[in-house]
Amino acid sequence: MTTSLSATTDRVTPDRRPPALGGFSPAVLGIELRRVLRNRRTLAFTLIMPAAFFLIFGLPQRGQQLPNGYAVAAYIMVSLAVYAAMVATTSIGAAVATERALGWSRQLRLTPLRPIAYVATKVVTAMGLGLIAVCVEFVVGAASGVRLSADVWLLTGLGAWLGSLVFAAFGLFVGYLFPAENAMQFIGPILAVLAMFGGLFVPLEVLPEVLQHVARFTPVYGVGELARAPLTGDGVSLAALVNLVVWTVLFALGATRLFRRDTARV
Amino acid sequence: MTSTEPAVELSGLTKTFGAVTAVDGLSLRVEPGEVVAFLGPNGAGKTTTIDMLLGLARPDAGSVRILGGSPADAIACGRIAAVLQTGGLLKDLTVGETVRLTANLYRHSRPAEEVLERAGITDIADRVVGKCSGGQQQRLRFALALLPDPDLMVLDEPTTGMDVEGRREFWQALRRDARSGRTIIFATHYLDEADAYADRIVLVRQGRIVADGTTAEIKNLAAGRLVRATLPGADQAALAALPGVDAVEVRGDSVLVRTADSDMVARHLLTRTEARDVEITSRNLEDAFLALTTDQAGV
Repeated sequence: MTTSLSATTDRVTPDRRPPALGGFSPAVLGIELRRVLRNRRTLAFTLIMPAAFFLIFGLPQRGQQLPNGYAVAAYIMVSLAVYAAMVATTSIGAAVATERALGWSRQLRLTPLRPIAYVATKVVTAMGLGLIAVCVEFVVGAASGVRLSADVWLLTGLGAWLGSLVFAAFGLFVGYLFPAENAMQFIGPILAVLAMFGGLFVPLEVLPEVLQHVARFTPVYGVGELARAPLTGDGVSLAALVNLVVWTVLFALGATRLFRRDTARV
Repeated sequence: MTSTEPAVELSGLTKTFGAVTAVDGLSLRVEPGEVVAFLGPNGAGKTTTIDMLLGLARPDAGSVRILGGSPADAIACGRIAAVLQTGGLLKDLTVGETVRLTANLYRHSRPAEEVLERAGITDIADRVVGKCSGGQQQRLRFALALLPDPDLMVLDEPTTGMDVEGRREFWQALRRDARSGRTIIFATHYLDEADAYADRIVLVRQGRIVADGTTAEIKNLAAGRLVRATLPGADQAALAALPGVDAVEVRGDSVLVRTADSDMVARHLLTRTEARDVEITSRNLEDAFLALTTDQAGV
């Protein structure tokens, strides 16, 4: 090796084009998802707790039936799957707060990663964890004796999972609102209250009438109705659909607005 | 992209925060391949300048050109990389995962193993970032900055908070990596770092450049001696006219003369004037630094 020559020819000009898809890649997704699945707190709140809720509150109802013949336990299982998915997607969205507080988002601004690709990664990771959360709840349900027809399994599962997209947006919104490392500690109780109003813990019918009316305007109501519709055979009411669409749009707009503010240079 | 384009061209850069002017009409041109130290005390505006250089902050006035384009272009193409004090890391990723994740954000990057090796952190690749020392985290930031094989590397006080050993190891890693073609700009408030690792020193004070030259030139600012005497009503012009005198300052009854020939000044003061309490002190780089970068500048 001749030193002077190698010193000057050492430099191979790399491919200097910006990355494809703004830096969104399966490899990054894989690392993100692995990171999420290593987080014991996330697992406890999104996978273990909803499953435990089912074993505590769902199993004792095993003998009871809905008017259409399905078990009450199945109703509880689907409700808790919605809850698990919404906690999962919210926590991933809200993790943006942690990453901002730690300065990681600033570190990322030194890379070609486009902010929109960053958000897309978060949303896909959130939906990934949401899917796992729904599956875990269903597996626990099935193992405990819940029996549904294949299409009801599929449709309730898809409803619970896709509906949780609302909460991925909600999580991002909150994540950009509070630059706190522990944002999820504030959101956890809020989610529990929302889940209550969405009829995920007890049927709305047992609430006082005033609260039943209020509940129809809260963000979990639409998702809950959507996910349980295949089970109850009631169909999805217009109110539930409007609720779902309006909250998704509101949270997405809020998150977008805050995200723009965050990525604007000072 | 022609090779004649400067690596960095800052002109009339200004940034204010409320009533404070952090950067005040700063202009600087750095040629490709230069290793430049941005030297100044805390609060001199180094970090703000670097933030504008990287496009993280928007200048109130003036312009930034990086390798002939905007900072955003340079970042999008991986031509510029930085090690910042404020750049955070995810505590729950391992060192290796952090590198692999970042590597995937570029269209083309150096292999993860290579940058870990060059930053000297191969042995802690499986360690969770939250369990790494400050120095190890800083070397991880350095490894991340190496990934795109950048034309320009910017480091903002890269060794702050490291112990002596950590600082030495960090600079050794940077030095190992230093090779023809890569431009390096680092901010520091350690004189010895600027002296040891830069070809060129830019001294900054209150958002302005107060001196800019090769390390030797900056050291020359410190050459010569300082002659101090008590002399009411000193004739400033006569003293300034003496051979070898660089500067004369009168403070009340005292006079301070910076000169290359202290004997001549002392002889003059003692034989031609009523001066008493004559003191002669030599100046070092530290003095030059202090003189140039503090408000109570001696001479």
